[in-house]
Amino acid sequence: MFDLILLISLLLISFAILVALYRVYKGPSMPDRIIALDSIGINLIALIAVFSIYMRSTAYLEAILLLGILAFIGTIAFSKFIERGVAIERKHD
Amino acid sequence: MNESMIEIIVSILVLIGVALALISAFGLIRLPDVYTRSHAATKSATLGVLVTIIGAFLFFGLSEGVYSVRLILGIVFVFLTAPVAGHLICRAAYRSGVSLAEESVQDDLEPILGSEEERRAHNKERHHRSS
Repeated sequence: MFDLILLISLLLISFAILVALYRVYKGPSMPDRIIALDSIGINLIALIAVFSIYMRSTAYLEAILLLGILAFIGTIAFSKFIERGVAIERKHD
Repeated sequence: MNESMIEIIVSILVLIGVALALISAFGLIRLPDVYTRSHAATKSATLGVLVTIIGAFLFFGLSEGVYSVRLILGIVFVFLTAPVAGHLICRAAYRSGVSLAEESVQDDLEPILGSEEERRAHNKERHHRSS
């Protein structure tokens, strides 16, 4: 029963990721796509947490931390690029 | 605590998290513009993933006696960064001149930052200068 609930949750989270992918494909503006990519990253964290419960293994928990950091940095870089035109600013001398 | 009790608690937490993730996905599809979509994508998705990770933390802590520090760090990190990321995207969207939905009735930033066309032109010029 517990494993069935976990499998159903994995399926539903994958469905949420698919829906966000549709928004990445369709999105009328660039920030729409970035918001959808950010929510894909957050949903992937939840997917890995449920998957590690399903496998009864703590080996996947590093991936949660890494994915959180990578999704955050990617979002920050994209939004800075849209706002300023560059992702990394250098001082002009 | 016996095994079935742990499983019931963890499955309730996971199901709440999955329901929140689904709600945020539907919001991402149904809402009319970037600013309302960012509500759906940042608030409920963050709460959903927090509840799911807390479920995993309780499962490993109660059933195997492994209280993972990495999971606590993940919870704190997601909780701190998701609102910041949402705010930055919305700021970039407004400043690059993404239009509001037609149903919007009020735009308090417009007298300060200029109209949509002005912002779009300004942003294009800024991109041009920096490249």
